[in-house]
Order: sequence, then structure tokens, then C-alpha cells
Amino acid sequence: MKLIVAIVRPDKVNDVLEALYREKVQGLSLSRVQGHGGELDRVETYRGTTVKVELTEKARFEIGVSEHFVERTVKAIMTAARTGEVGDGKVFVLPVEKVYRIRTGEQDTAAVTPVGVE
Amino acid sequence: MPPTAPLNGADLAWMMTSTALVLLMIPALGFFYGGMVGTKNVLNTILMSFATLAYCLVAWAVVGYSLAFSPGTVVIGDLRWAFLRGVDLTASHPLGPSIPHVIYMAFQATFAIITTALVSGAIVSRMRIKAYLLFITLWIIAVYGPIAHWVWGGGWLGKLGALDFAGGTVVHVNAGLAALAAALVLGNRTNYGRQAFLPGNVPYTLLGAGVLWFGWFGFNGGSAVASNQFAALAFANTFLAPGACAVVWSLLDLLRTGKVTAIGVASGIVVGLVVITPASGFVPPIWGLVMGAIGALPSYYVILWRARTRIDESLDVFAAHGVGGATGAILTGVFAVKAWNGLQDGLIAGNPNQVLIQVVSVFAAAAYSFIATFALLKIVGALTPLRASVHEEALGMDPTQHGEEAYTTGEGAILVLHDGGTEAKA
Repeated sequence: MKLIVAIVRPDKVNDVLEALYREKVQGLSLSRVQGHGGELDRVETYRGTTVKVELTEKARFEIGVSEHFVERTVKAIMTAARTGEVGDGKVFVLPVEKVYRIRTGEQDTAAVTPVGVE
Repeated sequence: MPPTAPLNGADLAWMMTSTALVLLMIPALGFFYGGMVGTKNVLNTILMSFATLAYCLVAWAVVGYSLAFSPGTVVIGDLRWAFLRGVDLTASHPLGPSIPHVIYMAFQATFAIITTALVSGAIVSRMRIKAYLLFITLWIIAVYGPIAHWVWGGGWLGKLGALDFAGGTVVHVNAGLAALAAALVLGNRTNYGRQAFLPGNVPYTLLGAGVLWFGWFGFNGGSAVASNQFAALAFANTFLAPGACAVVWSLLDLLRTGKVTAIGVASGIVVGLVVITPASGFVPPIWGLVMGAIGALPSYYVILWRARTRIDESLDVFAAHGVGGATGAILTGVFAVKAWNGLQDGLIAGNPNQVLIQVVSVFAAAAYSFIATFALLKIVGALTPLRASVHEEALGMDPTQHGEEAYTTGEGAILVLHDGGTEAKA
């Protein structure tokens, strides 16, 4: 099993969700985060005060998948979240030691396989 | 000082009050619209209304007022009052026979300005600010000016006998059709039809609707251009029609979905105000109430229909103002009663011809507004790009067009010091 963590543009969230849905990737978490990658600073002015805003709004997906789902999940995110401009984000693939489904006590691959899918 | 005409103190006091009331409707409209867009576009949307208070106001004073209200021909006024030359402290016949000309000019300015601001609802969250400012400055002169002249400035629709007490055709049909043209020229928001665009702050929309209603007493009541019984009739109808419209609107909501929506009540109030605008000084109060109730139906169903089309006329200016204004203008020809307005009967009082005249005025205003706005935006678009880039749209108009955000956290903001370019953490 792997945990896929993807940081993407907030306006690409719908595209990513759509792509994941098409690949039948079902279990995921989404959170709003602020971060800084290689993007240029945004300049804002309020009366006489000028500021450079370093942190940009991003969306963070966390998806636990079994091995044969890793590649297609990553590919779906890479395609859907890409604009070609600096600031498109990152995809991290992390090893996972153990997964439990709370309701049934199922473990590992069974725990990340949606109900009704073999 | 020029020789003083017999001015009337009560008229003057009411007209100055009315002017200030209508002015307040412009920021109110900004909040009404601003509440219906996402938080990355709220400043831009509110500013689209505020910007008319700056750019359109100046354009009106410089040339717009003269073109709309000086005698000229039946099609357009002349330039005798350009740069406010001759707009003085004496009364101006026949426009405002008992108040100083400057106040009549200011009162009419607020109408022209809010009409321009109404159009902005069609094109939120995607227009470059530079193109928008150029567009509104030219629109108030080239589109509002002629239509106002036709109906109120001694033009052909007024001579034909069209009844428009406070702007059903001049303001609302005009704004509604201009909005439709603008939405078609600008094109849809990226992802329109694929992604839901939800309101970012519904309380703003309710606040805006409430303040609009307050200001509308000046809009309709002031259109008597005097403090007299016709102002009182317009005031009473402005009080009654929105209530009736909001009742019908919320009942339609209730029957369709089982719920009464806040935006629905706010929309019902605004549509009721739109519908009664052309009729406010012409129909007895009971018909004012009936007009508000009937007036809900066309706009309500056009909003439902519009959302299923591919036209991103984002905040339904066409449905609320174009359709509502046309409904009100035509119903004015049905419900007008000479015993109340001292001017003209409508259909139910035995003058069916008035309905025909009203229909002609609606179609004339609609056709000119649509065609002229379409052409004007094509010209502006040839001078400077109308649309923000897809990337700018994704970030929102607030940071990309204004370099500001509505709700800042200050996190990650670095103060830029101007003495020698050093920087310090905020």
C-alpha cells in the first residue's frame, strides 16, 4: 500500500476529482492548505502599505491505495492538475506500514479496497 | 446671480433627499451582487458598482447629461449643457420647473449611474478592470443617454405617449438587455456548466436588497420631481409592490423545493421594485400590490430557464431587470388610472391603446440597448482585451485586477519597505 499526497492548485480540485472518479479511485481526503513552492510572490497594496504575499492557497489530497492503483492514481493527478505554469504542485508517494478500516477491523489492502470491489 | 424662478422649498428638499437616496442604491447594488460571487471576486464585483460612481458620474457631468436631457432632436440631445454650462441655480423648464437645474442634473445622474452598475452583474469574475472602466464610461454616454432622451428628454417615445414614471424601460429593460449582450460578448466563465459557482456571502445580498429598497423610495418617489401627491403615490407603491412580489416569489420557492430561500426573498424584493418602477406614479395602490404579485412570475421562471442554458449571464440581470422591467412597463399600460395620475388611463380604465404604446417603447429600448452594447463592447475589445486570462480567472479578480483580497490573514505577507528596498517580516 501507498499513501499518495498531492498538493495542487485549488482551482484544479474539480478536475482532479473528476479524473480520480474516472479511474475509480474512491477513498480520499481533501484539505485546504497554504504553502510556498517556486511561485513568484504576489504583491498587494493596502493604502500606503505594500506587501509581498509568500504563501499561496493550495489543496492537499491524501489517498491511500493498494499497489496496483498507485500508477493510475498518480497519472490521473499529474494530468488533471497540470497547467504548465510554475505552481502546479507536487505528488508524493509514501510507503504505508499498516492500514485498518475502523468499522470492520479489515487490514491493509482489504482496508483500502472500497466496499463491493474485489 | 441669474434671475430666480419661483422655486419650491418642499420640492427642493425632497429632490435633494431623493438624489442622496438613489446614490445609496449604487453601493447597495454592489453588496447585492458581491454576496453572490465567490470570495476571490467579491471586491471586484462590489468595485464594479463603486467604479460607476466615479467614472460614469464624471462622464455624465461632462457630456452625458446634455445628450440625454437638452432639447436637441427627438433622437438625441445636443451639447448645449456639456461641461454643465448653463446648468445653474434657476429652474429648468419643463424638466424640473420648481427646483434648481443643478439638482435635476444630479438626480438624473444617479439614475444613469445605477443603470450602468446594473449591467456589471452579467460579467462578474472574468472582465479585466481596464476594459470595464472604459466600457462603463462610454456606455453611459452612448447607450443610456439616447434611451433616456427618447423617453424623458423630449424624444420620440415620450412624444408617442409612453408612460415610464421612474425608468422601467430607460433603466431596467435597458440594463437587462445590455447585460445579455455583455454576457454574450464576454463569454462564459471558465468551467461554467461543469463547476458550480456558489454565492460567497448571502448576508451581503440580503443587506444589499434591504438598502436598495430604502434607496428606491427616492428613485420612484423622486421621479415626481416634486414633493406632491404623485410622489406620495409612487412612495406608497414602492412600499407595497416589493412585499407582494416577495410573497409570491417565496411561495413559488416553497411549492417547487419545499424551502424558502434567502436569495429568493432578496430577489423577490428587487424584482418587485423593478416591476413597480415604471408604474409607481400612475397606478392606484391596490394595482401596485397586484403588479408586484404578478411581476414575480415571468422573472422567476426566466431565472430557472436561464440557469439551464449555456449563457453565463451570471447574476441574472436580464431575468430580474430586463424581464421585470418589460413586465412592469407593459402592466403600466394595463393598470394606469387617470383619476390617480392626472395624465392617462390604461387598459382596465378603457384605453387599450396604451398597452400598444408601452410594448413599442419596451421593444425600442430593448433593441437599441442590445445592439449598441454589443457593438460598444466589440469596439472596447478591439482597443484592449476584455477577458482576464484563464490563469487570472483561476486566482480570482481581486488579487489579479486589484492586488487586494477581501479577507486577508496576513500570513506569509512580507512588508516591502520603501527606504532602500529592505524587507521585514510582517
